[in-house]
Amino acid sequence: MLNTKAVDLVVVGGGPAGMAAAVAAAEAGVEEIVLLERQAKLGGILPQCIHNGFGLRYFKEELTGPEYAYRFMLELKKKPRIQVKTETMVVTITPDRQVVTTSAAEGLVCYQARAVILAMGCRERPRGAINIPGTRPAGIYTAGSLQYLLNIEGFLPGRTAVILGSGDIGLIMARRLTLEGIRVRAVLELMPYSNGLNRNVVQCLEDFNIPLYLSHTVTAIHGQGRVEKVSVAPVDADLQPLVEKGFDLACDTLVLSVGLIPENELSLQAGVELDPATGGPVVDSFYQTTVEGIFACGNVAHVHDVVDDVSAESAIAGRAAAAYLRGEIGGNRWLPVKAGRNIRSVVPQRIVVGQATPLYIRARFPEKNAQLNVGHGHSKRRIVSPGETIYYTVKPEDICSQEGFVRVGLEGGKVDD
Amino acid sequence: MSITEVDVLVIGGGVVGAALIRELSRYELDLVLVEKEVDVSFGTSKANSGIVHSGVHDRPGTLKAQLSVRGCQLFPELAAELDFLYKQNGAVVVARSREELVELEKLVENGRANGVKDLSLISREELRRIEPNLSAELVGGLLAPSGGIVVPFDLVFALTENAVANGAKLMVNTEVLGIKEEKDGFFVRTNHRPIRAKLIVNAAGLYGGEVAAMIGDHSIQLYARKGEEYLFDRKLEGLVQRTVFPLPSKVSKGILVIPTVDGNIMIGPTAHRVEDYDLSTSLAGWNEIFPAARKLVPTLQPTDLITAFSGLRAVGTSGDFIIAPSIISPRFINAAGIESPGLTAAPAIAEYIVELIKDSGLPLARKQKFNPRRTVVRLRDLDPQAQAELMQKDPAYGQIVCRCEMVSAGEIRDAVRRGATTLDGIKLRTRSGMGRCQGGFCTPKIIRLLSNELGLPPEQISKNGPGSELLFGRLRGDRAKEEKQHA
Ligand SMILES: Cc1cc2nc3c(=O)[nH]c(=O)nc-3n(C[C@H](O)[C@H](O)[C@H](O)COP(=O)(O)OP(=O)(O)OC[C@H]3O[C@@H](n4cnc5c(N)ncnc54)[C@H](O)[C@@H]3O)c2cc1C
Repeated sequence: MLNTKAVDLVVVGGGPAGMAAAVAAAEAGVEEIVLLERQAKLGGILPQCIHNGFGLRYFKEELTGPEYAYRFMLELKKKPRIQVKTETMVVTITPDRQVVTTSAAEGLVCYQARAVILAMGCRERPRGAINIPGTRPAGIYTAGSLQYLLNIEGFLPGRTAVILGSGDIGLIMARRLTLEGIRVRAVLELMPYSNGLNRNVVQCLEDFNIPLYLSHTVTAIHGQGRVEKVSVAPVDADLQPLVEKGFDLACDTLVLSVGLIPENELSLQAGVELDPATGGPVVDSFYQTTVEGIFACGNVAHVHDVVDDVSAESAIAGRAAAAYLRGEIGGNRWLPVKAGRNIRSVVPQRIVVGQATPLYIRARFPEKNAQLNVGHGHSKRRIVSPGETIYYTVKPEDICSQEGFVRVGLEGGKVDD
Repeated sequence: MSITEVDVLVIGGGVVGAALIRELSRYELDLVLVEKEVDVSFGTSKANSGIVHSGVHDRPGTLKAQLSVRGCQLFPELAAELDFLYKQNGAVVVARSREELVELEKLVENGRANGVKDLSLISREELRRIEPNLSAELVGGLLAPSGGIVVPFDLVFALTENAVANGAKLMVNTEVLGIKEEKDGFFVRTNHRPIRAKLIVNAAGLYGGEVAAMIGDHSIQLYARKGEEYLFDRKLEGLVQRTVFPLPSKVSKGILVIPTVDGNIMIGPTAHRVEDYDLSTSLAGWNEIFPAARKLVPTLQPTDLITAFSGLRAVGTSGDFIIAPSIISPRFINAAGIESPGLTAAPAIAEYIVELIKDSGLPLARKQKFNPRRTVVRLRDLDPQAQAELMQKDPAYGQIVCRCEMVSAGEIRDAVRRGATTLDGIKLRTRSGMGRCQGGFCTPKIIRLLSNELGLPPEQISKNGPGSELLFGRLRGDRAKEEKQHA
């Protein structure tokens, strides 16, 4: 028989989301908590994010990624009820909350949990997923794995790079590579706008004279052993490359920052319903998924711009899991969110009636001076961009439960500048 | 420089060379298999559709027909002996119109003439019942239950590992550069030490013409026909059970929908003659394959794509395999023009060549102690109980390195001991990096593990051989630190 242990709460993933959720749950009185992390160290992606810009919202001061993670590690240390298991990989989660793990230290272990918090984070979209034609040489890295090789392992991964995708990691890697003496020839972006935070475009590209080609993409990769060059072309309004207007950039490294995908293979095993708009579980105001007793927070739920939001949301999930274990939540009345004009996604997707709920809203396209309507509440938004989260806290009075849903939409904005 | 002296030299570590060396290792012979790449299977044998064809397609009377039907029959037992990834999933050729139904009937006749067993025509309703995700427009099918699927490189690794366990020598990174015929054999020049062999088999794939020319045999004229393939996420597992073929064209079996043994769905291949041996994929290839595959399975989505690759078929001028002693010497046997269904036929090609070797007069005596078995640990295929026991015995199997495919540090170590020296060598032996994240998380870890196990600095670890190194050394700060430590 498998070695089975009964516990109150299992938190899957020891990144910022899992750490904050575990700490909050312990503070709310949960007795036995197991925090599972597959890497050797806690912190998730933070230890490799050695740049600053973290903590401005949550701690009201500017920290680096490792410093931000360290604050939570200290909190965890103060909570002896939380058992931390690193180098432990979760291989299965069942709908009745059995969590099967493997590790070199303990082999195969099964936890029977009364509640589970999913905090597995996300992964990067690889080359194959965007179907770039050409050869398959060495020297093609996703931005996150390059960042790991550089900042954790201390390796020089190339000498001349082209970066595809202007998401935040792509922008930050442009600066980081430059600082290490690697020549960044260009950052290419398929869309007519950057997907990263505006401050990163300024601080990581403009300050270093790195050209940003908007509405451009890589149309082919060349090179036998190692990347030798990439073919680049502008794209038309339908995002189709205009190959005849293309040009080549010589480089030995192609960095892909073409999107993050919440890692929900385990969630699917557990029977959790996913929202196609976010790639993450459908959650309610308590971050409870569609499976009772299973919660989700952090980038596994939706991709966040800043870790501060992850911490805030995960604390809600941790406290909610504690309340659930005390039998306090369950059977709450909720209303689904309906996405209206220029809304790509809204999290939580289910708003519990009577519960003030901070929303994370993402727009489909950029516009200016729009009005955000959420139920009967509204607020003005000067600049709307798909790269930046729109925040809004729904108040109980914004909602009319007779309507059966909460409509979220942007109205009256100006699209072109 | 010392000389390697052997009875038989096999040139080329693709599936043909591998199947042959394994078959020959049943006999009391000194054997060597040489491969110019860093690993076996790095030629055409790693990049193909992985189908064990039933033999319905081939023209009766050809070697292709004879050897693919026989090869297909040999697979179940071979897979049981060597523990490679194979499944007899069956094949279905589908018709889209009444006219095509007539063609299907002809194909049945063709298959029966080749000796393919259990062929049957099925109705539209039956087709929908057994493969509910196929297009509703299809009007009927031809069922070939003997067809199967195999992980092609796994087959090559299994064959060579078993041959080596039975005493054969394997030399990778060894390219044959010149061959001189001597009194009782050949003197073979390579980029390493020379080899003297009594008999040579040329299984050099695309390079079969060049190798034959080394003894003055210019009769082998080959060209390359490229095929692109596109692989989809494992979440589509079960979309089709059988390998789905449209009716064949003159040059190829068409664009297929292939379930892989690992649970992915693959679509392809194209078939176009190319002049250089470059393995790029193209937008044109995708635009040819995807719409064609969607005609068979309309629910396929481009967003589930995880990777693409291409392979080159070595095509001869006769349209058939060329397997015979050279016109120059009876002790130089060519196995050339082994295009599709070469993977299927390989075990039968090996038997066939052994007969040719017997005819050449080289004495063959069966070994007393031939071990036909090879086993390998695949954590993710074990049930939890067996996994737990394995981890108890060896904790390295509990340390998961590749999360998407559930590959442990223990399996990666095993892969190095089985012969992997590169990232691709590890990937093909263990599946690490083949999943949906395509190595994003595990690559740095595998570089470390390879470097430790091989005793090489990380900057010497390559993707697939010299020139494909992954790293350029240490960062400035780290370099300075290390230098200080050494001082
Ligand atoms: C896209 C595609 C799809 C296919 N699908 C199928 C299928 O579904 N089913 C099927 O049955 N068949 C299929 N085939 C055909 C099958 O892949 C080939 O028939 C088979 O792999 C050929 O094996 P090989 O050993 O002859 O060649 P290779 O695998 O190319 O092996 C030859 C080896 O010789 C080495 N070599 C060359 N010259 C030298 C030298 N001078 N010194 C040392 N070593 C040398 C090369 O490096 C190479 O590794 C497909 C082929 C392609 C391209």
